[in-house]
Amino acid sequence: MSPATSLPRWADVVLLPALNVALAFLAAGLVVLAIGENPLEATALLLRGALGHAEGLGFTLYYATNFVFTGLAVAVAFHAGLFNIGGEGQAMLGGIGAAAAALALGHLPGAVALPAAILAAALCGAGWAAVPGWLQARRGSHVVITTIMFNFIASALLVYLLVDVLRPEGMMEPSSRGFASGARLPFIHEAVAPLGLALPKTPLNLAFPLALLAALLVWLLIYRSRLGYAIRIVGANPEAARYAGISPAKITVLAMAISGALAGMMAVNEILGVQHRLLLAFTAGYGFVGIAVALMGRGHPAGIVLAALLFGVLYQGGTELAFDKPNISRDMIVVIQGLVVLFAGALEFMLRPALARVLQRRRRG
Amino acid sequence: MEGYLLALGVLDSALRLAVPLTCACLAGLYSERAGVVDIGLEGKMLAAAFASATTALATGSAMAGLAAGLAAALMLALVHGFACISQRGNQIVSGVAINMLAAGLTALLGHVWYNQGGRTPALEGGARFAEIALPLAETLRAVPLLGPFYAEVVSGHPLPVYLALVAVPATWFLLYRTRWGLRIRAVGENPAAVDTAGIAVGRLRYSAVLACGLLCGLGGSYMAVSQAAGFLPNMTAGKGFIALAALIFAKWRPLAALGACLLFGLLDAGAIRLQGVILPGIGSVPVQAIQALPYILTVILLAGFVGRAIPPRASGIPYVKER
Repeated sequence: MSPATSLPRWADVVLLPALNVALAFLAAGLVVLAIGENPLEATALLLRGALGHAEGLGFTLYYATNFVFTGLAVAVAFHAGLFNIGGEGQAMLGGIGAAAAALALGHLPGAVALPAAILAAALCGAGWAAVPGWLQARRGSHVVITTIMFNFIASALLVYLLVDVLRPEGMMEPSSRGFASGARLPFIHEAVAPLGLALPKTPLNLAFPLALLAALLVWLLIYRSRLGYAIRIVGANPEAARYAGISPAKITVLAMAISGALAGMMAVNEILGVQHRLLLAFTAGYGFVGIAVALMGRGHPAGIVLAALLFGVLYQGGTELAFDKPNISRDMIVVIQGLVVLFAGALEFMLRPALARVLQRRRRG
Repeated sequence: MEGYLLALGVLDSALRLAVPLTCACLAGLYSERAGVVDIGLEGKMLAAAFASATTALATGSAMAGLAAGLAAALMLALVHGFACISQRGNQIVSGVAINMLAAGLTALLGHVWYNQGGRTPALEGGARFAEIALPLAETLRAVPLLGPFYAEVVSGHPLPVYLALVAVPATWFLLYRTRWGLRIRAVGENPAAVDTAGIAVGRLRYSAVLACGLLCGLGGSYMAVSQAAGFLPNMTAGKGFIALAALIFAKWRPLAALGACLLFGLLDAGAIRLQGVILPGIGSVPVQAIQALPYILTVILLAGFVGRAIPPRASGIPYVKER
């Protein structure tokens, strides 16, 4: 690196990413301005809708749960130098697995049925991601393309299962029958009721603490375990990994499987926690939001939890904002996502030279 | 004869379905042959579809719509070029961003401007491309076999269809018979060698990315102001990704790209007609299986079980001048 572009660590880790995200939101503000609305007013409405009352907060955390899972999924693959765009398909397979287990075991007590259904979600997601991983490791087919293809195949599979196999006789909507009570993950407002706490009814369920636990486990895996070290080495330099006796092929498959398991766990929140049946389009693009979340969180679980919360705020606040300001529809959230991915991802080093010059001048002066 | 006419009908709709795929596929071909991976074909087509529909609606002219569609796709192509070539950013991430931006902005603006859930009002008359009857189509119809083929399949398409079909041999010529094409192919395989020869790598890649934008613009505009009568949110529905599959299928060659797109168009046209039909020996094939077939075939091909698809060597890698 030439001296003009070297930055102190704090600037590289905190300041530059923060500036990039700020730039993305500035651009989003310009979009709001262009459609004739006041960005500051919109932001205030959005924050009030997402955080201003207990019910809104519940919805915010429920959305964030999805994004923690899909964000962690993208990040784990990223650490291994792999770009997993297949979170959407892996979540669909997770939903299929969770639903299969829940439909088969729902009559059993929750202590048996729930862990089985959660495990099924993770395993199906893992399997759906491990195949592209294996194809990359052993056959040299690029994981980006294969995971895109697997998204479409998963979507066709889900439609087929719901329309032709799982739909109960006489029902119009393509969805499975509802799960028995044993396979329903309790809502938070139900779980805290015995403690004498009265929370408003929201879709927030026990998948939220599970997502936080997953973030902790991913941190331990990536930064504190032998496997995580191997994953990071392979991501940084596969050749060096080979010399160190690590098999990049094995790590590629493993990292993709872990990534897919996390994406599949998104179904735990949506299918086992909220819908209690398998239905079409439950992934709703959350798998792609994971890309924005992982980039914004710089691949670190703590950053991902924060970024997931921010996107939870955007989703919940954006929904309420669309009520008050019909011009700012929920599509605005997708625009913001795109801007975050652009500025915090593709253009992440755009501001680096300028920032380095500014900091250098300050140090000299 | 009846069966022949029916087959011609399928072929005709297959051709129409293959046109946006062919445009996007050739678009990806320019970009990837020059070493810039582009998974943002979908987004560029969607932006072009929206821009062309809104402009055609406002001006009542399909040509103005096409021009706006080309301009919108070129803008996004420039964003991709800036991120990937000038800033040496991650090409996949940039493509993802462009897809998201296009999906969000088109739906948002469509909602604000027309208040019909993101769709534009229906285009009528001169705001859509008219079907062009090729000379002698009706006179030659009486000629056995070839006559109906010419009249049904070849003739009677709107302008963008013929533009897309001309783009195929034109791409072949540009890539394999011109100096620019040679340089484009070289810069996708070994940019350092091109640089050593004193040719600007960045400028070449920008030209390829812009060609990619133009073709995406053509495909997207065709969808909104010709195939359909206006814009619908997310109307490209994964066509940009099927085009990527077709590109791999064609092993990054222009003539084979047309073949792959026609095959996928045929599958698409067939899937609509095979719905509920019971095939002898197989039984009723779920329509989803046929819809998923292009993706499954691509994965099998990529895995190298049937043939081998090897991308341009330098694709996906930003070029850094000196180490």
